[in-house]
Amino acid sequence: MMKIRCFGIAKDITSQAFITIDEQLPSNVEGLKLWLEKNYPQFKSLNKCMIAVNQEYADDNTPISTSDEIAIIPPVSGG
Amino acid sequence: MVDNNIDIQILGDNLSIDTCYQYVIDETCGGIVLFVGTVRNHNKGKDVTHLDFETYESMAIKELSKIADECVEKFQSKKLSIHHRKGHVGIKDIAVIIAVSSIHRKKAFLACEYVIDQLKERVPIWKKEFLTDGSYWVNARP
Repeated sequence: MMKIRCFGIAKDITSQAFITIDEQLPSNVEGLKLWLEKNYPQFKSLNKCMIAVNQEYADDNTPISTSDEIAIIPPVSGG
Repeated sequence: MVDNNIDIQILGDNLSIDTCYQYVIDETCGGIVLFVGTVRNHNKGKDVTHLDFETYESMAIKELSKIADECVEKFQSKKLSIHHRKGHVGIKDIAVIIAVSSIHRKKAFLACEYVIDQLKERVPIWKKEFLTDGSYWVNARP
């Protein structure tokens, strides 16, 4: 089972602070993005979301596994 | 997080300008620059009632630490204090304080601006703006 943290508008879209993927786990960030858009089509209407793996911004080729801390990072707006 | 002349905090209560100022005072420095970001009562022609900040706190602290390290590298900053609010923040309240001390003033100005620009670009903090007729996540949609 892969656990994904959701923040800001991502939390509103999924209605949860964490979502889980139980089968056919994506092997990299690109796969996760495709999974998200398929399961939560509202992500397509947002400005570009980033994915963080172990608290670092990750590019599409970054591998992911169930032991990683994975988070959806919608466009930030601090300050 | 306080380490090696860098003080980074994400706090649920009112921020203190004096705390940040006191932290960066240094006997080798001739200039301290502070940026104080406050909550204004309007945005894009609409009345704002308050903000709510959500943070991915562990990553936000990590990312702010990197930005502070970049200031030491780029601008030879001596000490930095960066405090950001989380949770409910009212109009006129302080959302963020950045304090930087430097041997000469010019690099303190540059570093302070660098921190706020980078913070807005890459630190995982999200602002929900509450208007008189609803609320929305800032920057989320085109």
